[in-house]
Amino acid sequence: MNGSEKEAQPTAEELARLRPARSPWRKYAAVAAVSVVVVLLLAYGWTSGWFSPATESVTLVGAGATFPYPLISKWMSVYENSTGVKVNYQAIGSGGGISQITKKTVDFAGSDAPLNAAQRAGAQGLVHIPETIGAVTFAYNLPGMATGLNVSGTVLAGIFLGNITAWNDASIAALNPGVTLPSQPISVVHRSDGSGTTFVWTSFLSKENATWKNDVGAGTSVNWPVGIGAPQNSGVAGKIQQTPYSAGYVELAYTIQNSMTVAKVQNPAGSFVAPTLDSIKAAAQGAVSTLPSGSGDWFNVSLIDAPGDTSYPIASFTYLLVYQHLEVIGSSMTQAKAQALVKFLWWVIHDGQQYSEALVYVQLPSAVQSLNEATLGAITFNGQAVPHS
Amino acid sequence: MRALRAVTARRRARSHGRAHAGATPGDVLFQSLSAAAAFGLLLLLALVTLILLLGAGPSIQTFGFSFFTGAVWNPPAHPPEVYGAVPFVYGTLVTAGLALLLGVPVSLGIAIFLSELAPPWLRVPLTYVIELLAAIPSVVFGLWGVFVLAPVMRDSVEPAVQSVFGFLPIFSGTPVGTDVFTAGVILAIMIIPTISAISREAFLAVPQTQREAALAIGATHWETTRMAVLTYARSGILGAVILGLGRAVSETMAVTMLIGNRNAIFGSLFDQGQTIASWIANNFTEAGPLETSALIELGLVLMLVAVLVTVVARLFLTRVLRVLEVTE
Repeated sequence: MNGSEKEAQPTAEELARLRPARSPWRKYAAVAAVSVVVVLLLAYGWTSGWFSPATESVTLVGAGATFPYPLISKWMSVYENSTGVKVNYQAIGSGGGISQITKKTVDFAGSDAPLNAAQRAGAQGLVHIPETIGAVTFAYNLPGMATGLNVSGTVLAGIFLGNITAWNDASIAALNPGVTLPSQPISVVHRSDGSGTTFVWTSFLSKENATWKNDVGAGTSVNWPVGIGAPQNSGVAGKIQQTPYSAGYVELAYTIQNSMTVAKVQNPAGSFVAPTLDSIKAAAQGAVSTLPSGSGDWFNVSLIDAPGDTSYPIASFTYLLVYQHLEVIGSSMTQAKAQALVKFLWWVIHDGQQYSEALVYVQLPSAVQSLNEATLGAITFNGQAVPHS
Repeated sequence: MRALRAVTARRRARSHGRAHAGATPGDVLFQSLSAAAAFGLLLLLALVTLILLLGAGPSIQTFGFSFFTGAVWNPPAHPPEVYGAVPFVYGTLVTAGLALLLGVPVSLGIAIFLSELAPPWLRVPLTYVIELLAAIPSVVFGLWGVFVLAPVMRDSVEPAVQSVFGFLPIFSGTPVGTDVFTAGVILAIMIIPTISAISREAFLAVPQTQREAALAIGATHWETTRMAVLTYARSGILGAVILGLGRAVSETMAVTMLIGNRNAIFGSLFDQGQTIASWIANNFTEAGPLETSALIELGLVLMLVAVLVTVVARLFLTRVLRVLEVTE
């Protein structure tokens, strides 16, 4: 009992001082305890549905790619306003979407890349529904230089491999006769996070350049030979805009919204094509004849280097993934929900397309629409076809 | 008198952490609730570790110890998949160290100014501003870093540093503004509010008699601060620095936006690097199964690094402060 002598005989004064000093704490503790209990109750009630309306409203749950999110978000609000069906899409990335639909915790997933063999084996019966089309641009910051520098796949691979290091390199100059290129080093900017944009970009470089294919490869994230990494399209776009003589790859919507200068890229037909909604739609139309059926293997589907004089060569579908036989989702999938899902997807590939261009996405060509119609027509629930209207 | 004795007995029992026969039900309830909260925290930490270990299983099996010595992170784009933690651990340690080096002296200066030197009318508003800084989300620091700090670093600070210290290999290369140095600076700025706010509290807790004693033996203002205040508040400073270090080690968003994200072991502070936290944040969403497992193992490494760094910092700082005390 060290130092307890004073404590053993507190004066009445001391006690009087102690009591009121302590009582506010007791009050705080009580308030804290009550609020903890209330929060816990609310959380429990929320998860067990105390607060949801008694009427049975259908909510469709999806997760996946971030790239189409602005468009999907628009669809969600328009569709809920016109039909009352709620659609909830979490933009957690293509990889996350695929893993959630594989675990059957969502009704549909969004992915920028088609499923590979391992993913198909893990989630049998998933069908691909191309929902919209995007493109990746080569954006640069050359003071005094307008948009429309000519580049080719070989040049771009050279820049990203670190073999072409200066803007006035002979290989760039050869594509741009009459243009004075600065003798400045090229600062390469790439995505630091895994992304569908990187997948499209590296797929293009792999297709155009054997060294890139053998040494780096194509994927949502790669081991970059050179460059500075920045997170998200906005990060790359920002880094390019504030660094003179830098260049990188950016999703089309971001380059248009930020009025960035972008290159014309040489397509297989030999022409230099600027990334525009028209040139990207041309690429999709050029590739239509090569598309498999919705339930087929889409792994090799690509709009990269699509045929056609006016086709922009670095474009890609982005996909919605759903199970062909919806009952495999389990007890959370009901007849009503299956119908709502198919109706929503049908709406997306038809009426939903009109919202694309305002958000800088490319509308599906009619041939892709009819392919999707066939895919949706083949969807069943407990062996029965699901009507889309 | 009896009632008084009962109260003191209860107080004594409480002060020894035991509920005696005299304890009220409220005491027992409060004691068990707070004990549950404390042990719940331990349980949570144990569960987090367990889940991380389970998630890291495939990676641990595939790479074993080479995960801790490997310097290559090769995602599935270009098989075979190989994952190693070295560049990230290195980047984390260097940026956190740099942040402390730049941030601690400034923070202590701020705290000393606020508690010892500033005129009273300035103390309260300045304290509010500093506490406000501590509450700014890191993504805001990151955005400010990208649009304001990085260009300033690229055009003014880094060339200036290079012109003086350019002969040192750690300041070689072309300054681009998005590099390890800038990441260290933003981390320093982010930990300054935390360290200075807590140090200030520690300085304020120094009894006035300490200062009066020092002044009485003829110490100057600075000597008083050094002898009476800094020495007395050393455990508070220690806690402040360790909290700051914790933030520096685990900071994600601002670092990702400024460090340049290059998975290599850098030799110069003007090179690009990568930290554990920023790499996990960058890659988790799109990683394949084995890569995800490797990222989770990296999370485990981050926990380990954080614990080690805290222990080392505690030992080091205790020694430094003890030496300081002895020399006085």
